Amino acid sequence: MIPGAGWEHLSYAAMLAFVLVGTLPLVRFYRLSVLRQRLRLLVAIVPVALLFVGWDLVATAAGHWRFDPAQTFAVRLLGLPLEEYAFFVVIPLAGILTYEAVAVARSRRRTP
Amino acid sequence: MTSYTAAAALAALVAILVDLFILRTALLRSGTWWMAYGIIVVFQLITNGWLTGRGIVRYSDNAILGSGRIVFLGNGRIVYAPVEDLAFGFALVLISCASWVWAGTRTRATR
Repeated sequence: MIPGAGWEHLSYAAMLAFVLVGTLPLVRFYRLSVLRQRLRLLVAIVPVALLFVGWDLVATAAGHWRFDPAQTFAVRLLGLPLEEYAFFVVIPLAGILTYEAVAVARSRRRTP
Repeated sequence: MTSYTAAAALAALVAILVDLFILRTALLRSGTWWMAYGIIVVFQLITNGWLTGRGIVRYSDNAILGSGRIVFLGNGRIVYAPVEDLAFGFALVLISCASWVWAGTRTRATR
């Protein structure tokens, strides 16, 4: 076994962590209240996540794409790695944080 | 053949219809959306390049315009990822942001 090869299982999770590390600081920097609006976040993310997970399940079952067992956690839920479910929460959240940060940055510029 | 291509194009179309006509959030007509998307798409290329370049996610020859052969650019791929992923990402982020803006008018909350 190659030294450090155990880290390979974290390859997908590392990408999700990178996205969160890149976007969560926007909350403090632009004083966003996004994370405090729990209900609004649920309403925004849950239906979209369910829709895309549904697509993902069908596409994975149909063999459109597959996931490398060596680079994901061993746990599978309905054939998808756990990271894939997290993807559909992390990416919409990152998108919303980016959108709100841009909105604040633009309004600051307009009213200095 | 190219089943992911068709699904991704359909998803992008549905996202556009949701934004403009179903939720009527019209993000596509706002500069804020396009500036945000410009930032997001750069990071999508980086993070998706990681997922596809390393083969964390692998695509079937039959599902995409290109083949299963992973190259940086060409063979229907951009930064290792099938071009279809751009439509997929666009749809996912647009529907998420549109839902967020729509939910903001429903949950009495301001930013």
